[in-house]
Amino acid sequence: MASGSSIGVGGLFVNAEVTTSGRPVLRRNEVECFLLSSVDFDSEDDPPRFTALKSGNLILTTHRLIWIPSEPNGAVPSSIPLAAVTHIFSHKKSIKSMFHSPRIRFQADPGSIVVTIVFRGKGDFDCFLTKFWECWRGRAWDEEDKSETETSRSGGSATVAQGLYGNDGTVRMVGLAGILRKEQEQWESTDKSLQDAFQDLNALMSKAKEMVSLAEKMRQKLLSAPSSQNSSTDDEEMGSKEEMQQWMLSVGIISPVTKESAGALYHQELSRQLADFVRIPLEQAGGMISLTDMYYHFNRARGTELISPDDLWQACTLWEKFDVPVMLRKFDSGVMVIQNKSHSDEEVMSRIRMLVTKTEALRAGVTASDAALTLKIAPAMAKEHLLTAETKGLLCRDMSPDGLRFYFNLFPEIDLTNLHIVKDFGTYGEWVKATSILSV
Amino acid sequence: MQKLADFKLPQFFNYPPYFTLQPVRDTREKQIQLWKELILDYCKSQKTFLICVEEDFPLFSNSAIDRSLSHEAKETFLSAIVGEGRAEWLDKGHRKCLILWHRIQDWADIILQFVRDNGLEDSVMTVEEIRSGTESLGTELQGIDRTILMRALKLLENKGKLALFKGTSADDEGVKFSV
Repeated sequence: MASGSSIGVGGLFVNAEVTTSGRPVLRRNEVECFLLSSVDFDSEDDPPRFTALKSGNLILTTHRLIWIPSEPNGAVPSSIPLAAVTHIFSHKKSIKSMFHSPRIRFQADPGSIVVTIVFRGKGDFDCFLTKFWECWRGRAWDEEDKSETETSRSGGSATVAQGLYGNDGTVRMVGLAGILRKEQEQWESTDKSLQDAFQDLNALMSKAKEMVSLAEKMRQKLLSAPSSQNSSTDDEEMGSKEEMQQWMLSVGIISPVTKESAGALYHQELSRQLADFVRIPLEQAGGMISLTDMYYHFNRARGTELISPDDLWQACTLWEKFDVPVMLRKFDSGVMVIQNKSHSDEEVMSRIRMLVTKTEALRAGVTASDAALTLKIAPAMAKEHLLTAETKGLLCRDMSPDGLRFYFNLFPEIDLTNLHIVKDFGTYGEWVKATSILSV
Repeated sequence: MQKLADFKLPQFFNYPPYFTLQPVRDTREKQIQLWKELILDYCKSQKTFLICVEEDFPLFSNSAIDRSLSHEAKETFLSAIVGEGRAEWLDKGHRKCLILWHRIQDWADIILQFVRDNGLEDSVMTVEEIRSGTESLGTELQGIDRTILMRALKLLENKGKLALFKGTSADDEGVKFSV
């Protein structure tokens, strides 16, 4: 058994500086790559060429292998520079190795000493091995040496980043090594976030069952709770019941009770968001847009977290309570549209009037499609406008096998006392002129 | 101007919406009034007393614009006329409509005038003679619908202006005036 501390043996191990909380002090440009616990550094030679380091944390960096004792047992934090590693033995898996703790052997100078790292803890050994190879091959210390000598030569131009590591300590992506490193880093971060995600997912899955049963209990409780009519003495109860509803909605649990309660927070927030969103599609549609079209636009914009048609309708009905410039309107036919509060029916009426008093329209009437084209609005909207105009007495309808057409309403202008009179002024006269080709 | 037989049709007869029953109340009201006037004018000029809804009635379609009234529209317009007392449904199924382009009261007055004009104040005539006899030639009474005539006569009977009596057969129903 070799005497003396590990330091004394031919300088294999170099003392590693640690902070007061036990973290290694890293050199400039040195980056930690891996951390494992319960690691031993052994010498398998007989007699052993150095004192074994038992039960410590192993930190692999771009420049060194650092070993820090996990318990204060007198051992000194030590490190082996990767530059000193001359050879890493390949790791052969055998039946024997399956029962032992994994171990890596490498050879390091001075003295070509063979060192065995024994991994007694849980950790991704394979990953460590891969990174060990990479860091060793990456030869981060080489670039640094080069850049150090160059900067000392050039003196003043210290701001120029050289080699793999820029002067400010960030890793530069140069050359093949840089590309490989970049790829590696990307994989690492993806891997890590996937690991994290799966941790969360596992935890969630185990809780899911509990959550579902909890939600059910709450639902039952809310459903069986007294209705709001007898709330005079139950204010506290009502308050907490509402709170519970809000909370359940925010967690995403839909309960029939919450849907019925108008003014739930979810719908309120949705309502405001919708009022903002609606502005642009509304403008593009010419001031009026059907609820179904808006449903399409809104959900398309949301991408995920789609809302149901019922949510959309609820959100629109809430607009009455806020001061927003849009409103929901229901036509007699049942069609529901969103329109600007400033939307003027009169303006649309005057445009329709202009349309139907043109000669061709006088003669043959207009269909909803004609109106849609001229007014530049959706055909469904155009039809609603025409129907509104009919109700107001501006238009009247003509139903035939050809379909539904609308004409300027001449009925008011026809004289009951003398059916044959056609006044010179008025649209009736114009209509007569427009249709003069029809008379026999 | 279009003509139907010798009847001059108004311009709005070529207005397609005229042939579609309008849903809007005010518009429909006007439409009904126009049809009422037109139907009465036409029937008066053509001396048409009866309209059968299920048969073609020349006024109810316009081939020039390829439009005709729906059954519902015909019924609506005729019922409106009935409602104003200018027509009567002869059956519960509303298939036959008697058009009173003169009201019964008006017909009664026409008969009285006819009696006076022809010095028939105390005479006796058969009902058939009133409608097809030589005296009635060229008068409004010529070809008057029997049902209407009977009604007018009954009205006058109630007022004591005449007495109706039955003859040996239906054709011999007679009237004794006491105007």
